[in-house]
Amino acid sequence: MVYLLLYLQFAKVGLLGFGGGLAMLPMIYQTALTFGAMSKGEFSNLVAISQMTPGPLAVNAATYVGYNTAGVFGAVVATIGEATPSFILISLVVSLLTMFRESPLVEGAFKGIRPVTAGLIGSSFILVGESVFTSWNPIPIIICAATVFMIGKLKWSPITIMVICGIAGAFLCH
Amino acid sequence: MEKNEEKPSQEGGQELRDAGYLVLFWEFFKLGIMTIGGGMAMIPQMQAIMVEKNHWVSEDDIIDCIAVSQSLPGVIAINMATYIGFEKRKLKGAIAATIGVLLPSLMIIIAVTELLHGIGGNPYVKGALIGIKAAATGLIGWSAYTITRRVVKNWFAAALAIAGFVLITFFNVNAVWVILGSIVLGLLYSRITEKKAPENDAEQNAAGREEH
Repeated sequence: MVYLLLYLQFAKVGLLGFGGGLAMLPMIYQTALTFGAMSKGEFSNLVAISQMTPGPLAVNAATYVGYNTAGVFGAVVATIGEATPSFILISLVVSLLTMFRESPLVEGAFKGIRPVTAGLIGSSFILVGESVFTSWNPIPIIICAATVFMIGKLKWSPITIMVICGIAGAFLCH
Repeated sequence: MEKNEEKPSQEGGQELRDAGYLVLFWEFFKLGIMTIGGGMAMIPQMQAIMVEKNHWVSEDDIIDCIAVSQSLPGVIAINMATYIGFEKRKLKGAIAATIGVLLPSLMIIIAVTELLHGIGGNPYVKGALIGIKAAATGLIGWSAYTITRRVVKNWFAAALAIAGFVLITFFNVNAVWVILGSIVLGLLYSRITEKKAPENDAEQNAAGREEH
């Protein structure tokens, strides 16, 4: 039964895939191969579409494989499969955290986790930036700097800023 | 009456508000649309919606949410939605938020594969994408700045933040190991500082006694 198979295969991706997004793509590729629904060329097509449509990359990829394998219901099943392990694990962790919030062990652990998370976000800034600032084209850099001004000084909402920058990019970046 | 009026003004923006299932779903639906360029692109918008606009969670909760979402397997955006949804409304809240963050992908991918096969070649679409990703970069940079200012309060925190940044950016170390390492160091550090504090008191007392 293809739906059950899709669900289980993508539950496996959700359970074993660390690091999110691009780090999970090789696993999704192997999964796509087991369904025989996709060639290598189609997979790079999938990556391109997933990257330039809104939504988390790994969710987009699961939806795409599910849809190409078994239509709309296949897409739904694959996507829910991918979310199931996250759902169970995170719910467990949040319950445990709220139970033991006051314990010195949890407090001590968060003394280490919080600063390192700041470093982690700093490195995503570099990683996402690398995929945009590929050439010496100054326009993306100007847009990026303008974004910092719009959120930091003008306090505009991120959605407004993204819409403005999308429109600016459409006319300036080609 | 007077007491009732006083309370909210005293607590100010600190008091956390409740979140309904529908609102959770809708806010995460919008967040799902926003994640162009990875789950991290959600962070600035999460800070704006969850902390500043709705007062659902504190700034520290967002930081904890990011840390937990990074260190467990799965898609980061799904992890973050489940985390916040569960914290506000237990299992049902987690379901509402997770479906919200998934739905845009489902609808958009199906629409794109069915209707717009040639969309990738359009130079305006390509340009818009570059613009949006450039904006996402700036937004993530701003979040990195605000969160760093919030959590880096001593040399220990500064060293961890820098170490995490360098290990992941330049040495490609998996975030899971970095976070696990930071837990160990955090536990050691709080052990040491807790032991030191009474010792310091004792030393000061002893010094005080000697002076007399």
